[in-house]
Amino acid sequence: MSILIDENTRVLVQGITGREGRTRTRLMKEYGTKVIAGVTPGKGGQDVEGVPVFDTVFEAWEKMGPFDASCIFVPAPLVKEAALEAIEAGIKLLLLVPDRVPIHDVLEIHAYAKQKGARFIGPNTLGVLSPQKAVLGMIGGRAQSAREWFKPGPVGVSSRSGGITSAISYYISKAGLGESTIVHVGGDAVVGMPHPEIMKLFEKDPQTEVIAMFGEIGTTQEERVAELIKKGELTKPLVAFIGGKAAQKGTRFSHAGAIVEGNRGSWESKVNALREAGAIVVDKITDIPEAVKRVLGK
Amino acid sequence: MAKLFEYQSKEILKKYGVKIPEGGIAKTKQEAVDIAEKIGYPVVIKVQIWETGRKGKGGIAFCEDAKCVEEYAEKFLGMEWGQFTVDTILIEKKLSIKQELFAGFIIDDATAEPVLIFSSIGGSGIEEIANAHPDKVAKMHIDYTRGLYSYQAREVARKTGIKGKILNKIGTTLAKLYKAMKEYDARSLETNPLGITEDGDVVALDAHIVIDDYGAFRHPDLGIEIAREFPRPATELEKIAWNVEKNDYRGTFYFIQMVKDVPDDGTHIGFHGAGGGGSMMSMDAVLNAGFKIANFTDTSGNPPASKVYRAAKIILSQPNIVGYFASGSGVASQEQFHSARGFVKAFLEDNIDIPAVLRLGGNYEEKAVEILHTYLKDLPCKVEGYKKDDSPDFCADRLKKLVEENGRKPHKVVPHKAYEPKGTEYVIETMTGHIYIDHALCEKCEEKPCVDACQYDVIELKDGKPMLKIDKEDAKKGKCTECLACEIACKFHGEGAIHIDLPIPGLKEYREKIIEKQGG
Repeated sequence: MSILIDENTRVLVQGITGREGRTRTRLMKEYGTKVIAGVTPGKGGQDVEGVPVFDTVFEAWEKMGPFDASCIFVPAPLVKEAALEAIEAGIKLLLLVPDRVPIHDVLEIHAYAKQKGARFIGPNTLGVLSPQKAVLGMIGGRAQSAREWFKPGPVGVSSRSGGITSAISYYISKAGLGESTIVHVGGDAVVGMPHPEIMKLFEKDPQTEVIAMFGEIGTTQEERVAELIKKGELTKPLVAFIGGKAAQKGTRFSHAGAIVEGNRGSWESKVNALREAGAIVVDKITDIPEAVKRVLGK
Repeated sequence: MAKLFEYQSKEILKKYGVKIPEGGIAKTKQEAVDIAEKIGYPVVIKVQIWETGRKGKGGIAFCEDAKCVEEYAEKFLGMEWGQFTVDTILIEKKLSIKQELFAGFIIDDATAEPVLIFSSIGGSGIEEIANAHPDKVAKMHIDYTRGLYSYQAREVARKTGIKGKILNKIGTTLAKLYKAMKEYDARSLETNPLGITEDGDVVALDAHIVIDDYGAFRHPDLGIEIAREFPRPATELEKIAWNVEKNDYRGTFYFIQMVKDVPDDGTHIGFHGAGGGGSMMSMDAVLNAGFKIANFTDTSGNPPASKVYRAAKIILSQPNIVGYFASGSGVASQEQFHSARGFVKAFLEDNIDIPAVLRLGGNYEEKAVEILHTYLKDLPCKVEGYKKDDSPDFCADRLKKLVEENGRKPHKVVPHKAYEPKGTEYVIETMTGHIYIDHALCEKCEEKPCVDACQYDVIELKDGKPMLKIDKEDAKKGKCTECLACEIACKFHGEGAIHIDLPIPGLKEYREKIIEKQGG
């Protein structure tokens, strides 16, 4: 098992004819993802990496549907329209890859997704990968690297940083373990499926025995994960690292989400909440594999 | 996030029909007096800075006559306030206030909805007020598809103990405030206090709006110079960097100076991260190694070599740095040879005089490190490339050793020289620059390594000369990714016939100023 995606997930790519769309379609196909169709308005009838391109999501669905997931690679100002179209067409899982999507657009997508029973990951996400099954987005960059870096196993990985998602997973594989599913929830202040949502999925997933999480200053995601543990809704062991200890209040370093506003989301608040709830918080990212091994009794 | 000044925030509120005190902004003593004379006394004078708590720190004054206005205008204008120099003051009619309220809108990341926070007692520190007087503070999550109606806002106000006719005015004011927040892509909007006047009007006495960086492009009227979180106005170099980012959507480039003038103390380095989490992890590593960072930079999201080149050139415009450190997560999805070539072009052009440690782990890391070690081996100082299995701590330690070997010598900024075309070259226009090929030199070249180096099949040999293989317009639109491979191949394995010019507006002049200071 795995969460969110596996070898049977039928995937649509929106913005398939662009620079990123093309490159990542190749990666996804080579890794084994079932990429069924693509959409770029006005470019229907073309073909990208053997994937047929349609003008609208509705048309793609009519001719090649159903789709379980849509991967969106359109420029940030157009993400809202693309996401609303996919949700209206009936797609239940979306991946919003672009960075710089306006926060109010995310709120609108969120409200509509909730109404239609759809979920989305991102924006500003590298994607989701279930080792040896499928990848959604661009984790790994190319199929060969993705195969080398990520191995199937019992560790669920959830991270707010793209690069760190890969780094943690690579360290875990290198330590002789493997991952159930790797999720980059996105670097923005408001994301569709923040850490707590991913934790709930890992909790239910039989393959996942332990969870590794990369948290960061800003937002309330990590504090809410601690709440889940306290309420007994997350019982699997959690190993966490929180980035941004040295960051100054009110100064954004990289991710839009990594900013402390007022007293919310400080490094101390997150580490304390998680430790109180019983999670293992390590001081260095590279300590994660050892901590995970200890939890697994290896 | 782009913070707005009080007066800008109030201009927005006014557009939406929210009442604000009569007044205007002044940049000189005379302007201040003119406004005061026009609106009549008493007036309030307020410094315009991004910080709150001005009253307690003496940034607000009340005046009954022109002499007083003149005195305070004199005192406030030019005042140093944290990292700000006050250059604008707001002069407003002082109103008689019966009651002070608080109204704020923020975005709750947990529910992905805006939240209205309202209090029937104003004052600073809404959290403390909520704790001390829970019956005077109410909150409401706003359904994004429906928005905020006046009736909902009235109910929120009622819960805080407000009664009578004034409820109607508060209700409509709150609905207007929300509309302004939504339509202006605000991350937060606050009026503290929102006042009830003796005449029974509801007036925003202060206002504070923060615009979402990513939505700022929809509001050119705001004149936001840099839509990025800054705790202070942007420096000249930050503005140059922002221009690079603004005009090239491929990947992201973030640049902030941690110190405006880097001191010659042998501890500051140029910092160049890749990816949010990886950058922070790498920053921690260099701080632990005893360095200070002159700047924080992040190029990620698969940026082209040209963007990394520009970032490096901007970082190298800071004098007195003693080393250059680049490192990301170490397991990057992006093709790392692009970054490697960006560094090669920048470092060669500047012939850099400080050691550099570049950790380019991830996809194609072998190729990336090979590029660095092959083409940067003859620089005055050592450049070392590392991969994903070399930890940030190890790399930071390497830089420390190299910096010490170099005697902690401070970096001297060199002139930024753009390529000067002879006018006879074959020219290819790319998305953000030009490729100049001197075909006269190509005739002497046997290998033609440029064509092999071009992995995107942009150039081919025609009559033995490298020329565009694709449509001119396609090259300009981005089919030529500005990977810089042809230029580097030609320089080292050909005749040096290719020059890629990637303009960085303002950098030449900026460096000239720095060099002048360096000399003195």
